[in-house]
Amino acid sequence: MPRRKKRTEIFALGNEAVVQGALLAGCSFYGGYPITPSSEIMEIMAASLPKIEGGVFMQMEDEIASMGAVIGASLSGRKAMTATSGPGFSLMQENLGYAVMAETPLVLVNVMRGGPSTGLPTSPAQSDVQQARWGTHGDHPIIVLSASDVQECLDMTITAFNMAEKYRTPVILLLDEVTAHTREKIEIPNEGEYEVFSRTVPSMPPEWYRPYEETVRGVPPMPPIGSGYRFHVTGLTHDRNGFPTQRPEEVVELMDRIHRKIDQFFYDIQLVEEIMTDDCDVCVIAYGSVARSAELAVKQARSHGVKAGLLKLMTLFPYPRRHTEKILAHAKTLVVPEMNMGQMSREVKRVNMGHAAVRTINRVDGQIVTPSEIFKVIMQG
Amino acid sequence: MSKNITGNEIIHQYLRHNKKFPHVLCAGCGHGIVLGTLIRSIHSLGIPKDDVVVVAGIGCSGRLAVYVDFNTVHTTHGRALSFATGIKMSNPKLHVIALMGDGDALSIGGNHLIHAARRNIGVTALILNNSIYGMTGGQSSPATPEGSTTMTNPYGQLDHSFDTVDLAKGAGANYVARGTVFHVNRLETVMVEALERPGFSVVEAITPCHTQYGRKNKYKTPVDMYKWLKSTAITVERYNELPEEKREGRMPIGVFVDRQQPGFEERYYAMQDGFLKRSARGGK
Repeated sequence: MPRRKKRTEIFALGNEAVVQGALLAGCSFYGGYPITPSSEIMEIMAASLPKIEGGVFMQMEDEIASMGAVIGASLSGRKAMTATSGPGFSLMQENLGYAVMAETPLVLVNVMRGGPSTGLPTSPAQSDVQQARWGTHGDHPIIVLSASDVQECLDMTITAFNMAEKYRTPVILLLDEVTAHTREKIEIPNEGEYEVFSRTVPSMPPEWYRPYEETVRGVPPMPPIGSGYRFHVTGLTHDRNGFPTQRPEEVVELMDRIHRKIDQFFYDIQLVEEIMTDDCDVCVIAYGSVARSAELAVKQARSHGVKAGLLKLMTLFPYPRRHTEKILAHAKTLVVPEMNMGQMSREVKRVNMGHAAVRTINRVDGQIVTPSEIFKVIMQG
Repeated sequence: MSKNITGNEIIHQYLRHNKKFPHVLCAGCGHGIVLGTLIRSIHSLGIPKDDVVVVAGIGCSGRLAVYVDFNTVHTTHGRALSFATGIKMSNPKLHVIALMGDGDALSIGGNHLIHAARRNIGVTALILNNSIYGMTGGQSSPATPEGSTTMTNPYGQLDHSFDTVDLAKGAGANYVARGTVFHVNRLETVMVEALERPGFSVVEAITPCHTQYGRKNKYKTPVDMYKWLKSTAITVERYNELPEEKREGRMPIGVFVDRQQPGFEERYYAMQDGFLKRSARGGK
């Protein structure tokens, strides 16, 4: 056995870890517009990308243009990303929907801040959870990931790129300000220690290629623009050739496939971390920085003899239903702490269907949810 | 390339015949003429189909992308230039043409237009100006002439209309030209130049919409509209010689700016090359 190369350790900001992860995943295009608390992602990209052969950094005129440029870059074969915060995320929704429809892989990082509107510019919040799910118009699936510490910022960014490329879809990474602005020691994985997935390109001759063809995985191969496969890309409902259609059977086929390519791979997409959930009576379901508070609260509760557990959501959407259902078999209470008015507890209640009591802890004052707050609710049973 | 080839035959080589015809445009619409001009310009420059990307916005002009056998991207309303920017930066070898309408480019996409010009990104913006929102039913656009009647200003347009050329010029575009579908050869000349130039070029093609604009503004038939183009347009050289009082109601056509500055992508990659070379030598 060759000796494992020691990993590089750095002291990094959450936002910095996102950039590290993106570069490890092969990101070579960043288009963005500054907004706190996500700005460091853009600044570090501005310093990093020009140093990489072919790496492009662009400061665009607004968030709408940023998404447009990122989609254009992705269509040209690049792994591309942007980052923003609440109000900027709203502006990106139009083109985000386009990316879903045109099946364009990209990563969008949203470092959430308090809202609505310009809200609480640099205060932590988790108030864009439902915007991430339903912000664009139309019925569509979407993959939303989150990270609760700085190491996870790096890991989940790589995962986000992999899922985007694997399923030809935009992937949203939701961070909160606490995670984004925490500085911690992280390990940078060595090459070969993490998976890097790149989109499948067509192997057939151009004249046989149909850009939105049905495939086993539901994900058609995607050549870069200008590589000899000439086809039409549109946000209109399209047929297998990519041309606009309003024929009911073709419309249904497309919508079905766009949903199926995500539904079929729930096992791959729905990521969670389960901490002492095997026998828990009280289960905390949390994500982002709140999950760290929750972990401490759960450990304290255990030391007080209460069977508490934590289901940490790393994928927010599609909601990790089967993990929750497994816990519902024995848990009597679910505690959902979050920095919003209850955006994720809706999902929990939907899956719970009255099995357990659902207690919510909601903070919208720009302050973090503390371990003692969660501990108190756990102890109430 | 065969010498005896006719104009129609050239165009036929570039259309997606078996896919998307008949087209959606009204009889008498100028958009087909602009598309024909674009195809002939690309053909005369000998650019391979695979190297051309047509990025279109939304509206009647946005639909044109479907018909041509290039790499085509039909984007969101007003955003064609942002998509085009991403494509050009990712692969500077491609000829990227952003095909937009007047509402598309000047209203919702106005910000992208001025910044694409400021940045001087190597994209050719082809703005099809028919003075109206056609596909949505004839509402006023920023290019609707003052005093015209439309569905959204039945008592007459009160705002001033944008002058695309002045706007593009002011924002710093490298090449700015205007043509009309009545003066097809002149339009083709400027389009060829626009495609050849580095940096951001803007071609405004004045194309009539008798269905939505003409009908409500005393140009009942396509012929009326083409006659109007014929009588209004005048070369910029002649226009500049006219005394101020005679300029009223005349529309200069031709080339307004031709600066030939390198495009943003060229400057970006030159910066990057310099950087990579320095770091290869061990410098910082």
